[in-house]
Amino acid sequence: MKAVGTKAVEMMTEVTGEPRVPLGERVLMKGNEALAEAALKAGCRAYFGYPITPASEITSYMARWMQVEGGTFVQAESEVAAINMVFGAAGTGTRAMTASSSPGISLMSEGVSFLAAAEVPCLIVNVMRVGPGLGGIQPSQSDYFQATRGLGHGDFRVIVLVPANLQEMVDLTFEAFSLAEKYRTPVLMLADGVLGQMMEPVTFTRVIDPASMPEPEWATTGASGRPKRVVKSLYLDTGELEEHNVALQQKYRRIEQAEVRWNTYDLDGARILLVAYGTSARVAHHAMELAEERDMPVGLFRPITVYPYPYDALREVVEERGIEHILVVELSAGQMVEDVRLAVEGRCPVSFFGRSGGTIPAPLEVLDAIRNVAEGLPTARAASKKGGAS
Amino acid sequence: MLGRRLEIIIAGFGGQGVMVMGQLLAYAAMDAGLQVTWMPSYGPEQRGGTANCTVVISTGDIASPIVARPHVAVAMNTPSFEKFEPRVVPHGVLLVNSTLVPERSHRTDIDVFYVPAVEVAAKLGTEKMANVVMVGAMAAATGALPLNALQKELMHFFEGPKEKLVEPNRRAMRHGFGLIPREDRHGPYFVVASAGDLGA
Repeated sequence: MKAVGTKAVEMMTEVTGEPRVPLGERVLMKGNEALAEAALKAGCRAYFGYPITPASEITSYMARWMQVEGGTFVQAESEVAAINMVFGAAGTGTRAMTASSSPGISLMSEGVSFLAAAEVPCLIVNVMRVGPGLGGIQPSQSDYFQATRGLGHGDFRVIVLVPANLQEMVDLTFEAFSLAEKYRTPVLMLADGVLGQMMEPVTFTRVIDPASMPEPEWATTGASGRPKRVVKSLYLDTGELEEHNVALQQKYRRIEQAEVRWNTYDLDGARILLVAYGTSARVAHHAMELAEERDMPVGLFRPITVYPYPYDALREVVEERGIEHILVVELSAGQMVEDVRLAVEGRCPVSFFGRSGGTIPAPLEVLDAIRNVAEGLPTARAASKKGGAS
Repeated sequence: MLGRRLEIIIAGFGGQGVMVMGQLLAYAAMDAGLQVTWMPSYGPEQRGGTANCTVVISTGDIASPIVARPHVAVAMNTPSFEKFEPRVVPHGVLLVNSTLVPERSHRTDIDVFYVPAVEVAAKLGTEKMANVVMVGAMAAATGALPLNALQKELMHFFEGPKEKLVEPNRRAMRHGFGLIPREDRHGPYFVVASAGDLGA
């Protein structure tokens, strides 16, 4: 009798010899596949997932290639199972991840809380689709509150990375695993349907061999010959639990000090500042260039982490550049507006332009919103960037 | 800076190969050293349902991969014609698969090419090559990328036992290119900046 799965093994053997994605070359890849490839090259050796549009290609790519890399792939029976499998695998110190889209991430939230409490590093990817509820499968950024505030019960945060193009998504995937291990925390890659589904050239520059990584001193790898290690989130003693919570909060303060990332564009002479992340930052960037061609004084501030949020950096840009008005652009009803307001503390008005329900605004729509803001600016300063900052 | 851009929307029925048409452009643009994004419409996939993809090619960084009004639209079926014909920017180009689309554009501010892509492909052996015929016609009508650069990328879609299909598809693309009269062909879009360009 032929062994079950022989054909699959043959296929794997056949493909093992191929340089799947060579280093140092520009390759055209779909966002989800580029992310999965980046995770494999970053030494991820355990993937657990349940397919959902628009994130499914991550799971299918891992199904094809994870075992070739000598890792473990399981298509879980549900998202709840997937995140708990991540808990188990990552608890051994293996680089582990899962990926889903909005409703699936909601299902995972209990497990994420457990991972954060037990201080287990992992990567979680949310390729956001439109909600609420089952909503639809079109791109969206409406899980911002969930990602930055409520990814589970209890007093915890996860680092949230928000790439705006596929190369950045690839680079941040490597970074995500490093950050997760440095702080022993889950890290969330918050992408959206555009980034997941689009193709763009990317270049991979390195491969991390998991065998070269030292075993973490907390990982449960078998206690033979050494004292046992415990990875847990249950503390029945209230004193001990408060100590644990205080320690977690101290960790979050360290993350807020050290790991804030952002980028700025065309701030010279800007009076209006666009604030946007991910796909909406790309649309906003295009709109900014159109506005500049029409002599409107516009710049762009793009968070790359939304937890920790670049509060200080944004406030400094507003103060140092004399920004008179902020326009937040999002594929949501304006969830990030709250963080922008916390950052600027009333120093200038904050307006919002966004589309929801899966509609992506064209740059010209954002340009109209910029024009409305520009028309409301006092005319004392020349309506041109050349007028310079005061 | 965003640089010189060409924004293309290709639309048709699922199964007509519209995603591949866009990917041929994307691969060729990447190999030419240009920046490129390819963005599919995606949905509950169904053969016969409508599908489209947006390709943006640029000499500089591409900010938005989303396009409301393309420089070039390709309509492989009637619903796509109805949806995208009005959206092409003035001085832009519309290519219509005239074997399946009986409609005619009344716009006078764009160049419209009626390409009997399915009919030509059938004569060359199989209707399945209609998409490749249309890519050839688009290369001629827009100058987006050179014909030979696009032909070279066919290898990505016919690997292993399907490799023998590369040559017939190369021929089909050349036939498509030849369907556009010499005087209507556009010079290389990304090399020569000439007057009357595609609304860039």
